[in-house]
Amino acid sequence: MSDSIADKAARATPPRVARKVRGLSDRAIAWIFVAPTIFLLLAINIFPLIWTIRLSFTDFRANRQGREVEWVGLRNYERILTDSDVWLSMQATAHFLIWTIALQVILGFALAWLINRKFKGNDLWTTIIVLPMMLSPAVVGNFWSFLYQPQIGLFNYVIAFLTGQNASSFDMLGSVDLAPWSIVIVDTWMWTPFVMLICLAGLRSIPDYIYEAAEIDRASQWRQFFTITIPMVLPFLMLAVLFRGIENFKMFDLVVQLTGGGPGNVTTLTSIDLKREAFEKWRTGYASAYAIILFVTVFGLASIYVKALNKVKER
Amino acid sequence: MSSYSVTEPSQKSKTVAAVLVIAYALITMVPLVWIILTGFKSPADAISYPPKVVFDPTLEGYVNLFTTRTRVTPEDLEALGPPETWYDAIVRQYDMVIAGPSKFGERFLNSIIIGFGSTFLSIFLGTLAAYAFSRFRIPLADDLLFFILSTRMMPPIAVAIPIFLMYRQLGLSDTHLGMILLYTAVNISLAVWLLKGFIDEIPREYEEAALIDGYTRFQAFYKVVLPQAATGIASTAIFCLIFAWNEYAFAVLLTSATAQTAPPFIPTIIGVGGLDWPAVAAGATLFLLPVMIFTIVLRKHLLRGITFGAVRK
Amino acid sequence: MKTFKLASASALALAGATWGGTAAAEDLTLCWAAWDPANALVELSKDFEAQSGHTMNFEFVPWPNFADRMLNELNSGGKLCDLLIGDSQWIGGGAENGHYVKLNDFFDAEGISMDDFADAAVYAYSTWPKGTENYYALPAMGDANGWFYRKDWFTDPEIMAAYEAETGQALREPESQKELMQIAKFFQGREIDGQERYGVSIFTERGSEGITMGVTGALYAWGFQYENEPGSYDMVGAVNSAEAVEALEFYKELYECCTPPGYTNSYMGESLDAFKSGQVAMAMNWFAFFPGLFADPDIGGEKIDFFVNPPQNKDASTLGGQGISVVSYSDKQDAALEYIKWFAQPEVQQRWWDLGGYAVHKSVLEDPSFIESQPFAGDFLEAMNAVQDFWQEPTYAELLLAMQERIHNYVVADQGTAQEALDMLIEDWTEVFEDDGKL
Repeated sequence: MSDSIADKAARATPPRVARKVRGLSDRAIAWIFVAPTIFLLLAINIFPLIWTIRLSFTDFRANRQGREVEWVGLRNYERILTDSDVWLSMQATAHFLIWTIALQVILGFALAWLINRKFKGNDLWTTIIVLPMMLSPAVVGNFWSFLYQPQIGLFNYVIAFLTGQNASSFDMLGSVDLAPWSIVIVDTWMWTPFVMLICLAGLRSIPDYIYEAAEIDRASQWRQFFTITIPMVLPFLMLAVLFRGIENFKMFDLVVQLTGGGPGNVTTLTSIDLKREAFEKWRTGYASAYAIILFVTVFGLASIYVKALNKVKER
Repeated sequence: MSSYSVTEPSQKSKTVAAVLVIAYALITMVPLVWIILTGFKSPADAISYPPKVVFDPTLEGYVNLFTTRTRVTPEDLEALGPPETWYDAIVRQYDMVIAGPSKFGERFLNSIIIGFGSTFLSIFLGTLAAYAFSRFRIPLADDLLFFILSTRMMPPIAVAIPIFLMYRQLGLSDTHLGMILLYTAVNISLAVWLLKGFIDEIPREYEEAALIDGYTRFQAFYKVVLPQAATGIASTAIFCLIFAWNEYAFAVLLTSATAQTAPPFIPTIIGVGGLDWPAVAAGATLFLLPVMIFTIVLRKHLLRGITFGAVRK
Repeated sequence: MKTFKLASASALALAGATWGGTAAAEDLTLCWAAWDPANALVELSKDFEAQSGHTMNFEFVPWPNFADRMLNELNSGGKLCDLLIGDSQWIGGGAENGHYVKLNDFFDAEGISMDDFADAAVYAYSTWPKGTENYYALPAMGDANGWFYRKDWFTDPEIMAAYEAETGQALREPESQKELMQIAKFFQGREIDGQERYGVSIFTERGSEGITMGVTGALYAWGFQYENEPGSYDMVGAVNSAEAVEALEFYKELYECCTPPGYTNSYMGESLDAFKSGQVAMAMNWFAFFPGLFADPDIGGEKIDFFVNPPQNKDASTLGGQGISVVSYSDKQDAALEYIKWFAQPEVQQRWWDLGGYAVHKSVLEDPSFIESQPFAGDFLEAMNAVQDFWQEPTYAELLLAMQERIHNYVVADQGTAQEALDMLIEDWTEVFEDDGKL
C-alpha cells in the first residue's frame, strides 16, 4: 500500500524526465541505502548467532587455545535442561519479571492517571519522575548497593525512621529472603516512569467525546473507568509490558552491580548465570547452548505475546 | 455546578493528584540527591554510621576522582615544601602526594568517542535505511524490519560470546572501532524504526515536486527530506547516544585498557583501601549529569524514543 | 634522615649508571591490581624512568576484575602488558601455557640470586612446578591475610574489666582462632561511646575470591590440606577431613555470631569500611593495606594494632602477594627485563618497603631495624613464615569458582552442611582436573 503513490508517481513521470534522473534507478538506490544496515546486522548479529549455534554442539573452551574441540551433539542442551542451578536461575528471573512488571504497571498506571488530572506544573514533575530511567543501570545499581548498606546506607535509615525498627536489623542485599525484593525495588524505582509515560500517551489518546457521551448516558465514574479508560489504555499497557518483559529478561547490569547474583544464588538471573558459565568458567560450548535456549525463550514468548497484543488492538 | 465538565477534572481532584505526584517525585529524587551530596563528602563522612545528612562539604571526592595518590615517607613529604595548589593541600592532609592523573578522564573521553562515534554511524546508516523502507518497495520489507527489531531481543551476554571470539580474531577487542561498530549494530534497530516513523510523516509530494524539477533521487533526499527530518534525526541521535553512553554488559566484557568506557569504570574507583565512595559519587554525578540535561531537553520526544516509535504522543 | 635519603639516592644513581648504553628508550606497560601498593610502585618507578630512559605506563585493574581481565589478556596473547604483577595462583597457567618468560637464564646472567629473597616468597611467587628451580617471576610484593583491631578499645580499662568479668580471661590479641571468636562475641552488640559495635569483619564475597581467601585462614589453621600427597590430586580425606569440617563450621559460626549486619558480600574494601567507620573491634585484611590503616587520621596511629592470623592446630596464614613476570607476548622483553633487574636491587627493595610495598628481599627483612620500622613488620615476618596458598594450577580460576560457590552457599546462604559443602567441592574439583587431563 505504501508503494502505490511512488509507483503512480514513477508511472506518471514522462520517460524524458525519468532519463534525466541520472545514474541510478530507484531500486538500486533502495538497495544501496539498506545494504550497509543489513550487512552490519549480518556481521555483528546473525553471523555470531550462527556461530553460537555451532559452538553449542561442541565442548569448546575459549580459554584453552591448544585444546582439541569435540562435537558433543545435544549433550550441552541436555545438561542445561537437567541442571538444577539453571532452573533456579529461571525461577529467580521469573520472580523478578513478574513482580517488577506487576508493580510497575500498578504504579505507572496510577501515576499516569493522576498526572492526567492536568494539575498545574504537571509537566515539570513528569520530567523529574522520568529521570531515573535515563541513567546508567550499572552506575545506579552500584550506588544503590551503597544505599542498601544496613549500617551506613540511607535506605535502612529511612525505613527504620518510618517503621520504628532498628536500622541495622535487616539487610536488603545480604538476606536470602530480602535480596530478591531489593532488586525488584530498584528496578521499579528506575522503570515505573516508563510504564507511566506509555499509559499517559494512552490516556491522552482517548477522545473527550467518548466521556461526554458516557456522561449523557449517566454512566457512573466507576463505570466510565472500567468501560472506557481501561479498555482504551489496555493496548498501550500491553505494549509497555512487552518492552519491560524483554528488557528484564535480559537484565544484567543493574543486578550485577547490586548483588552480584548473591547471596548464594538467590538473585542469579539467567543472564548472570550465563555470564559465569561463559566468561568465568569459560565453558564456551555449554554457555553457547545456554544462550540459544534463552534467545529462543524470549523470542518465542515475545512472538506469542505480540499475537495477543494484535488481537487486543483489533477489538 | 454549571462549570462541571467531564474532561476538565475538578479542582479538588487536581489538588489531590498534584500532592500524590509531587510526593512520588520527591521520593524518587532522594537517591539521586544522595549521590550528588555524597560526592561532596569526605571519605570518613561518606561511610559514617549512621549516615550524615549535615556535613562539611569538600572537593576531596572530585580530587580523588581525577588523581592517583600515593603515600610518601614523612621525610619525602617535608622535602617537598608547602603544597602548591588547593588540591595538593587536600591530598597532603593524608600524608600523600598526587602521583598522576587517574584513568577517569580517559574513560570519560572513551565514552564520548564511542558514544558519539556510534551515534553518528547509527544515524547515518539508519537514515538511509529508513528512507529506503519508507519510500521504496523493498521485497520482504516487513520481514526485514522485523528482523532488524528482533536483533534487539537477544540478551547481550548471549551475543557477547561469539563477538568476543570474533573480535579476538580480528583484533577488534578493546578498540574504539570495535565498540563503535558493536553499539551501532545494537542501536541501528532503534534508529531505523524511529527514523522511518519520522520520514513517513514527511509528505511525499515535496520530493516528487523536486524530482519533477530535475533533482536526482540523491538530491531530493539530501535537499528536501533531510532538512524536514532534522528534528526527528536529532532526537533519534540523542536516544542512540544515551544507550551507548549507559551501556555496561558489552563494555565490561569486551574492553579493558584502551577502550573502556565510564560505566564499568565508575563502580571500581579505589581510594586508600577499598571503594572511595565520594569519588564514585563524584564520577557518577559527572557521568549522569549530561543524561539528565538531555532528558529535560528531550521531554517532548521521550515517549517515541523509548518505545521504538511504537507510541506517539 | 636527610643524609640517609641522599645516600640512597646516590646509590640508585650509581646502580643506574652501570647499565649505560642500553637500547632505545621504550614505552613499557606494567599491569597490576589497582590498590594502595600500586600507587606506591608508580612513585618508586620514577627512579627507573630517570635512569633507564624508558617510560613506564601503568594499567591497574580493580581487584574484582583483575583476574578475569588479565587472564583473558594472557589467554588471547595480548600485548597490553610487558610486565605483569600477577597473582600467585596464576603462575601454573603462566608457565604451562607459555604466558610468562622463564627467568632462569636471565637471573644467572645478571647475577640475581633467588637465595636473596625470602624462601616462602620464592616458593609461592616464582616457582613452577612448585618448589623446583624453575623461575617465572621475581617476588614483588609479599602479602598474607592478617588482622587488625581497635587498640583503644582493647586497652580501655572499663572494657578490659568487663571482658574479664564475662570470660575470666584477660583481653589481649587472640592467640587462637577460638579466642578470636570469644573476643568477637564479647564486642558483638556492645555499646561503646554511645554506638552499637560488632565483633569482626571477615571476607564473605562471592564474585571473585573473597570468601575463599577468608575461610582458608581458618581451614589452614586447623590443618587443612588440598591433597593427601602433594601432586597426587588425591583429595578425599584431605579436603573433607574432620578438621576441615570443623574449621568451616567455625567460620560460619564466626560469620553468624559476630559480623555486623550487611557484610554478606564483603571483601577488602568492605572490611576496611567496616573498620574505619567504627563498626567492628577486629577485622581481617591483607597486610598490603596496613600502612594505609596505620596512617589513617581517624582510626590509625595509637588506636590501631595488628596481629597475625591466630593458630588453632598450627600456625598458618593465607598467602596473598604477587611476583613480577615478563609477558612472553611482549615485543619489549629486553626493557622489561631491565625493569626486573632494577627492581631486584637491595636499595630499590628498601625504598619499596619505605613507600609501603612489601619487599621480600632478605636484605630488607633481615635488617635489624626492620621489625621496628612499622608496627606490623614483625607480624608480617611471622605470617610469611607459615603461609599456605590456594591451588596454583593452570585451571585455578575454575577451582576457585567452585570453592567460592560451595563455601558462600554454605556460610552465607545457609544451604546444607559443612560436610556436604566440602564433599561437593571435591566433586567439582575432580571434574576440573579430569577435564584438564590431570586425573
